[in-house]
Amino acid sequence: MEIDPLIFRLSIFILSIFVGYYVVWSVTPSLHTPLMSVTNAISSVIIVGAIIAGLSGNSENVFNTSSIFGFVAIALAAINIFGGFLVTQRMLAMYKKKKKGK
Amino acid sequence: MISANLSAIFYLVSGVLFILALRGLSSPETSRQGNFFGILGMIIAVTVTFLSVGNFSTGLIYVLLFILIGGSIGAFIAYKIPMTAMPELVAGFHSLVGLAAVFVAISAFLNPEAFNLGSQGNIKLGSLIEMSIGAAVGAITFSGSIIAFLKLQGIMSGSPITFRGQHPLNAVILISILVLIYYLCSTQSSNLFWILLAVSFLIGFLLIIPIGGADMPVVISMLNSYSGWAAAGIGFTLENTALIITGALVGSSGAILSYIMCKGMNRSFFNVILGGFGATNETSATKKEQRPVKSGNADDAAFLMKNASSVIIVPGYGMAVAQAQHALREMVDTLKKNDIKVSYAIHPVAGRMPGHMNVLLAEANVPYDEVFELEEINNDFANADVAFVIGANDVTNPVAKTDPQSPIYGMPVLDVEKCKSVLFVKRSLSPGYAGIDNDLFYKENTLMLFADAKKMTEDITKNL
Repeated sequence: MEIDPLIFRLSIFILSIFVGYYVVWSVTPSLHTPLMSVTNAISSVIIVGAIIAGLSGNSENVFNTSSIFGFVAIALAAINIFGGFLVTQRMLAMYKKKKKGK
Repeated sequence: MISANLSAIFYLVSGVLFILALRGLSSPETSRQGNFFGILGMIIAVTVTFLSVGNFSTGLIYVLLFILIGGSIGAFIAYKIPMTAMPELVAGFHSLVGLAAVFVAISAFLNPEAFNLGSQGNIKLGSLIEMSIGAAVGAITFSGSIIAFLKLQGIMSGSPITFRGQHPLNAVILISILVLIYYLCSTQSSNLFWILLAVSFLIGFLLIIPIGGADMPVVISMLNSYSGWAAAGIGFTLENTALIITGALVGSSGAILSYIMCKGMNRSFFNVILGGFGATNETSATKKEQRPVKSGNADDAAFLMKNASSVIIVPGYGMAVAQAQHALREMVDTLKKNDIKVSYAIHPVAGRMPGHMNVLLAEANVPYDEVFELEEINNDFANADVAFVIGANDVTNPVAKTDPQSPIYGMPVLDVEKCKSVLFVKRSLSPGYAGIDNDLFYKENTLMLFADAKKMTEDITKNL
């Protein structure tokens, strides 16, 4: 009997939770704010679903109800992706070590 | 157009890059590289999606247009936002992830053919379950984050909003969500889908209103976690590995942060979520008798610090409100010129989100190796000459160690009172968020500095 592909996805999901658990515990507490902004940026990979929806229209009718929701979702996710990664970058650039001899 | 197998492999690659992005945050040196991995993962995921759909004739120009619009807004916000507003920004961003998840679920529900999920009114059962869970969690994330945003922004009062029958009402709504998902899956009715969304928006709103301002670190972390689970739910629907991996990572990340924040307050997660903390203790705080305090001015404070050999700074939310981090850093520079050793002590729940104080100090060019966590520095207070408490309150209250009756008993606190002298910058003697008096105010070795944090710090610097 073949295994339902859902089981494979579930395996990936469960294992990723464990990976996440160990990876996040090793994040230094001083970087918890960048951690939140970067997780926010990467969870916006949901944009892939929005792009599929946005491209679902046919040539006569680019805008149907489904694709319009897709377009709006693209914009929302894009705000997060650009905003999230850039603000993380901005924060991380500020973390500096003590300069020697000062 | 590329094959489904090839695109699945690329999605896996981008999932792995996201894991590396979080891994990089284990130290500030590797963190910038980590962020780069995250960006790379995102570029791969988006590119592969374009290639796998392959339908470039229609919609493409609009897809790019909306990415451009959203991207410019996001980039603009990222450059303009002041560091003190980071909690609001993160809450706002969470709401967008939640709403995007809801909209993707709606698109998939209305046009399942485009996603290979069957046809309208006849969506595959598994996909429909995943889709409705993703949509419900997304909706809760959205409305909950909006409330958190409004509270942090000060548009809505930070005090808890409670009413009779709140918990039973929430319980009924949560159960009705499960019932709705069950009937939605058996009837495929689009009306039920809309009702499910409406009810989920409502519960997100109701869940966050009873939670007070200083519990926001827990709320933000929890909403971070929800946004992850919503993404994972949609990931299952779309059969997309990158989304499933990311959803699981973000979900567990938020859950761990919530746990750390709860532990920092010695409260259970449910205690925080059920809300209303602080409201119950008002009576006991008001009937406290007046006790004598010693208060001083900037000159006294400067004198004490000049004669110290080591100073520990304890920043809190008040520093963020007064935007005093730059003035603080200037004061510390002056102290260091006089060969005084200075370090910073950060309580896990200082500020309004995890790591809030660290970011503000980093912004003011404080090197991160002078900043210490509670357990790293707590033993040093006994050997330090001066503790400078700026904008923190409850996290220094010795009552948490001595009085089992106190609502904050058992909460880990900074042992500030062990210092030879304590300088406490505060605007008035009013109790902190927990509504209890701070014994530290009345100690023999405490000098209260009643002033705005920024102004007082600047005055001290002038007197040094």
